[in-house]
Amino acid sequence: MRRESLALAGATIGELRRLLDARELSSVELTEAYLARIAAVDDRIRSFVTVTRDVALEQAGEADRRIAAGEAGPVLGVPMALKDLLSTAGIATTCGSRILQGYHPPYDATVYARLRAAGAVLLGKLNMDEFAMGSSTENSALAITANPWDLATVPGGSSGGSAAAVAAGEAAFTLGSDTGGSVRQPASLCGVVGLKPTYGRVSRFGLIAFASSLDQIGPLTHTVMDAALVLSVIAGQDPLDATSAPVEVPAYVAQFGEDLRGLRVGVPAEYFVEGTEPGVESAVREGIAQLERLGAELVEVSLPSTGYALSTYYIIAPAEVSSNLSRYDGVKYGYRSDDGDDLVETYLSTRDQGFGAEVKRRIMVGTYALSSGYYDAYYLKAQKVRTLIKAEFDAAFERCDVIASPTSPSVAFKIGSRTADPIAMYLSDVFTIPASMAGIPAISVPCGSSDGLPVGMQLIGRAFDEATLLRAAHAYERSTEWHKRQPALVASAGG
Amino acid sequence: MELTLEDVRHIATLARIGLTTEEMETLRGQLGDILAHVSQLNELDTEAIPPTAQVLSLHDVHATDEPRPSYPVDAMLANAPEREGNYFRTKAVLGYET
Repeated sequence: MRRESLALAGATIGELRRLLDARELSSVELTEAYLARIAAVDDRIRSFVTVTRDVALEQAGEADRRIAAGEAGPVLGVPMALKDLLSTAGIATTCGSRILQGYHPPYDATVYARLRAAGAVLLGKLNMDEFAMGSSTENSALAITANPWDLATVPGGSSGGSAAAVAAGEAAFTLGSDTGGSVRQPASLCGVVGLKPTYGRVSRFGLIAFASSLDQIGPLTHTVMDAALVLSVIAGQDPLDATSAPVEVPAYVAQFGEDLRGLRVGVPAEYFVEGTEPGVESAVREGIAQLERLGAELVEVSLPSTGYALSTYYIIAPAEVSSNLSRYDGVKYGYRSDDGDDLVETYLSTRDQGFGAEVKRRIMVGTYALSSGYYDAYYLKAQKVRTLIKAEFDAAFERCDVIASPTSPSVAFKIGSRTADPIAMYLSDVFTIPASMAGIPAISVPCGSSDGLPVGMQLIGRAFDEATLLRAAHAYERSTEWHKRQPALVASAGG
Repeated sequence: MELTLEDVRHIATLARIGLTTEEMETLRGQLGDILAHVSQLNELDTEAIPPTAQVLSLHDVHATDEPRPSYPVDAMLANAPEREGNYFRTKAVLGYET
């Protein structure tokens, strides 16, 4: 196959795997094709903050030698890219922040180490809301990423670069991170698959922390099959992360099938409320009807505290932020302001100049919530409501195996349309935050279109039961064509 | 929820962010809005509910007691804005009153 004619955009890991294993294409050729694709479209999308051309070609050459030696593996020689909060030794890692300007991590995140060991090829690092705080990628200090479906709209966030890169055919798959929806919501807005695994399923070592009790790394891919393949590479306990769970990683793909007989799908009334765009709701309802046509039984379930999850999140996450981000002091790495005469003035000016508005806002909210006299009223209260949210999911999963809902209440919105009102922006995550609070896995799969823009359906599963979640999402995907649709930019730009 | 400029100044000092007066004025309104929004949690009776700090059932995870090499000093200091020998160099530490 000529690489000029290779239809990269939309190519799944499985399709690339066949080409690589049949020696119709080398990993170096494939990598060059993706690099050419990035060069051709990324001035319009701006997914990438760093392109690691030399690293990519070196890793691709090594992958070709491994393939020639007869080695096999799901991602061997497959080009991918990482959200820019995943540490990559010697390669700039910015978190989309001025305060990490010039920072080169001394070590690799465990997910990158595992992908490297499996032979994946790093094309570069992807744009994001600063320290993953945001739902539109507009909070990046480096660039504003555009949604490949409509360049005037946002790709969602905070893993907007990760979602847009897959949608635009700039990488076969990417990794993002999800604290309150930051993998699922951009996946929904960009028409790709996004999986947030169970808290503890994937090592967070080398993931630069946002909210440590919520953060989880997950793949963004063209298909559910690809998400399962990538998860199988990155999942599993890691001695470097004490919160990674000692739970066996099953063979996800082996459990895939065509129908969903025997599966009980919970439909919570609290996720079908005013405030969701009509086109989103009808697409998701049609998606749920399709699950039923595949043999699943629909069950009404109730999650009464859903409406409180957003408030719970906007206390707990900022509280953890105020603690985690205290490490940025202008002393050990990153940006330092030269203003002021002593060390505390260095802190004050470095942090004022180095952090963007949203990060400062959340540090301030978190500091307030943890400050003397307010701890019980805010932080402790939120932790108690978190218990309620988790208990309601536990009760619902007595009656069903997965829960179906919209991923986001809206399709991609216009760049700039929500930046003036923090609460309007926060509401973008109203359907993704509850699963984050409960630490349970959830996936967004393309399920329709509204105003020409993609709609995602969210499936939520039991803790550590990604297998059932992926099986349901895969059977759904196999029975529809939504995941095959591509933005016009992709179709017109060619390989 | 109404915050005063003094409240905002106090939080900013705790958070070690040297906000400009203009930033503090903007944040005064925004923090007030956010705190008012999250105060909806007071509608819930949580008297008898225990808090959840994290969702895993893991507690007291111990690392295996095996020595392994540390990172080299030079690698750890390579990102320092300013270094002197094997130290991070900063401006004067003493003399500041909180």
